Amino acid sequence: MASERSRKADRIRHVMETEGDSVERNARGFNEGRYESVARLEDYDAYKDRARAIKEDAIERLPELIEQVREAVEANGGTVYVADDAADANRYVRELARERAAETVVKSKSMTTEEIDLNEHLEAEDCEVWETDLGEFVLQVADEAPSHLVAPAIHQSREEIAALFNEYFEPEEELETAEELTAFAREYLGERIEDADIGVTGANFVTADTGTMALVTSEGNARKTVAVPDTHVAVAGVEKVIPTFEDLQPFVELIARSGTGQDITSYVSLFSPPVSTPPVDFDDDEPIADDPAERDFHLVLLDNGRMDMRDDDQLRETLYCIRCSACANSCANFQSVGGHVFGGETYSGGIATGWEAGVHGQESADEFNDLCTGCSRCVNQCPVKIDIPWINTVVRDRRNRGAEGGELDFLVEGLTPDEEPAGLDLQKRFFGNFSTLAKLGSATAPVSNWVADTLPSRALMERVIGVDRRRDLPEFERETFVEWFRNRDEPRPVDADYHAVVYPDLYTNYIRTDRGKAAVRTLEALGVAVEVPDVASSGRAPLSQGMIATAEDHARDVAADLESHLEAGYDVVVIEPSDLAMFRGEYERLLDADRYEALAERSYEVFEYVYGLLENGADPAPLRGVDAGGVGADIAYHSHCQQRTLELEAYTTDVLDRLGYDVLTSDVECCGMAGSFGYKSEYYELSMDVGDRLREQFESPDAADRTVVASGTSCLEQLDGLLARRPRHPISLVAPDESE
Amino acid sequence: METQLETFETNLGNVRTAVTRTSPAAFQDALADVVDEPAIGASLPFEEITLEGTDIVLDPTPDQLREAACGVTPAALGVADYGSVVLESTPAGAELAGLFPDRHVIVVRERDLVPDMASAFERLGDRFRNGNGDAVIATGPSATADMGELVYGVHGPRETHAVIVEE
Repeated sequence: MASERSRKADRIRHVMETEGDSVERNARGFNEGRYESVARLEDYDAYKDRARAIKEDAIERLPELIEQVREAVEANGGTVYVADDAADANRYVRELARERAAETVVKSKSMTTEEIDLNEHLEAEDCEVWETDLGEFVLQVADEAPSHLVAPAIHQSREEIAALFNEYFEPEEELETAEELTAFAREYLGERIEDADIGVTGANFVTADTGTMALVTSEGNARKTVAVPDTHVAVAGVEKVIPTFEDLQPFVELIARSGTGQDITSYVSLFSPPVSTPPVDFDDDEPIADDPAERDFHLVLLDNGRMDMRDDDQLRETLYCIRCSACANSCANFQSVGGHVFGGETYSGGIATGWEAGVHGQESADEFNDLCTGCSRCVNQCPVKIDIPWINTVVRDRRNRGAEGGELDFLVEGLTPDEEPAGLDLQKRFFGNFSTLAKLGSATAPVSNWVADTLPSRALMERVIGVDRRRDLPEFERETFVEWFRNRDEPRPVDADYHAVVYPDLYTNYIRTDRGKAAVRTLEALGVAVEVPDVASSGRAPLSQGMIATAEDHARDVAADLESHLEAGYDVVVIEPSDLAMFRGEYERLLDADRYEALAERSYEVFEYVYGLLENGADPAPLRGVDAGGVGADIAYHSHCQQRTLELEAYTTDVLDRLGYDVLTSDVECCGMAGSFGYKSEYYELSMDVGDRLREQFESPDAADRTVVASGTSCLEQLDGLLARRPRHPISLVAPDESE
Repeated sequence: METQLETFETNLGNVRTAVTRTSPAAFQDALADVVDEPAIGASLPFEEITLEGTDIVLDPTPDQLREAACGVTPAALGVADYGSVVLESTPAGAELAGLFPDRHVIVVRERDLVPDMASAFERLGDRFRNGNGDAVIATGPSATADMGELVYGVHGPRETHAVIVEE
């Protein structure tokens, strides 16, 4: 295990060094473009809802729609072939090439043909195959696989492409600028297009009622690929079919914005082939003439596991994906390593786990599935609202369950009160059972802290479970938050208007008890009657490791522990954003509907709750503003990923504003920690690379002198590792002093 | 309040498309000012204006297609809030004339403007169901960022110019 981890760490480090800069620059550029472009779109959310509804409906009625496409295309004079799998699709296209004695095939960009390795199969038929999309062309020359769904050569810089072309093509004058490289490729590929016997494209969408394919492109190569040769083959997954022509509209508004941050691409081609443009024979001297009989069109609709995905309640949503790449671009880890690490045989980025598991088998998602930290930043970015982290969790769980029994299981026996199979990776089992460890660590603190931090135990932890020794361990408090509350002797507010449970999450209860105490003092100062009962941990830790059954157990315990309080009219105030995200999000999948709703509707993030109290007339006077000493007025605030996804960041900044703080917020996607991720030796360096973006921002002249504040536990741990300044939880700024 | 025509014109500018406004009477003169020679084109399906009688080759050979500096084609619609034009394919090769030459001159009538994509798709839906089944929604010149920087003029035109024929 240890050697496998270090091999993985080496590979990640290598890719970060060789491809990281280009990927980061480009993916972040797309991402920032997306924020700007969707902000310009009126009714963005309504479009997302419509797009989602269209895809849900289409996948539901898919068999019927496929038949409708067949009728429409055949009525136009084309042919439809539904291919069961890659071999079937390749055989069909090969036979076409053989029938036509095709020597040259030109292609426009298509991930679906990458999925089935069509080029290799055509080359086996003695066809020359040329990728005409410039990004794909670069990869073809470099003999590399795409590293991004939309911009396949995103990992290559201009300098690298120039060196590649100069070496491969040996042009008379060395190519250098992007203009020169583009002009060269245009001319070179233009000749191939002129010679082509067959043009192959993908399809972004296929409409069932008119048999129209939509191709979303900017270069113009897809149009030439369709127009010039007399034979056109389109290869598309069956999931690309949508019911009507008008259904294209929301996707046209969303797809480019979501992908590269353009309002629209240069070309949205809508072809109902065979197209009415006359084919061009460049060997001919006569005027180009219309001869419809020469046009031949084949639509190959690929199943290759998709119909099984449709029957799979957890993977079905993957089929709603429009391959825009927003999930990849918004993913902090992807921004550092790109699709060559964060991807499988064909697909890359967040949604790749679903695709790879569906079309190539679950094991093809193994290598990269753990790179999804579940931070949820991609969730709101997806134009069809796919819960991508959940798909990643499900696949992780299925992989865990397929694991064979290991040799070292005895080491963690007793530490693993979980529902998982014997062979589950020890590291996952360790982090997934963090609640047990925290209980034990706290009971034996401070000795446990001291022992854990000795060199031999750090070495052992690194070797056996892969906890990186460069990462500081959390220190357990001897007195838990729950015990502190039980033991303290404070008068409770009488006749309070509000009653609230402060949820003692794992970290607040055992490690960062101060923030729990601060939350209690804050709420009491605002007149809330507070309780801190002993409540089970949320299950976030096992869920992150793909231990869904264990997480489900935790969820049921939490619901049972809180039931009497909820019935008595208490609200639940949650300090840890990742736990609130569980209550409002994943619990819907883990609990029955009544229990989920009861908890989700009454749970609040601590600043959301404070904000609500102030809005409802609570007097903020007892809270500490900037004049109270200790902390300056200038704050640099990093909100937690899930807090941002739930759109809760503004409550914290608003309350801090009201109390006179000047708040500057970070805008990077993530701090790079996301719970256990940054502790794992194979991911430590990646975690720090992601964190570096936040460090740079908080060390910039605007922020360098500000007090650093963060809401999430993992963010605080990461900031602690990144910055010389010690970060704090914002509740510690506003809570009244202990003595008062 | 900006008129639809003004919105269209502004957004064409935003997507790097130059604009000439003209009337049916002045159309051929206005066109001559923006066409580079040699030029090819596709007949305009409009009553009030024509390319007949200009130097634009309407039935090019493959060589003329390859050598043309400029292509002139009609747009079926203009989409004001995107600065997009809808180019229909025709058996006479309108698609080719708007795609191969370096400069694409698009003739669009003011009366064919629609405010947004929703209206465009409504109109197109009817056309597509009636068998007019190929169109390209084109927005600005062809472009790529695959070579490390944004470059215009890849497989398609480097420059686009809209000639708007006012009512």
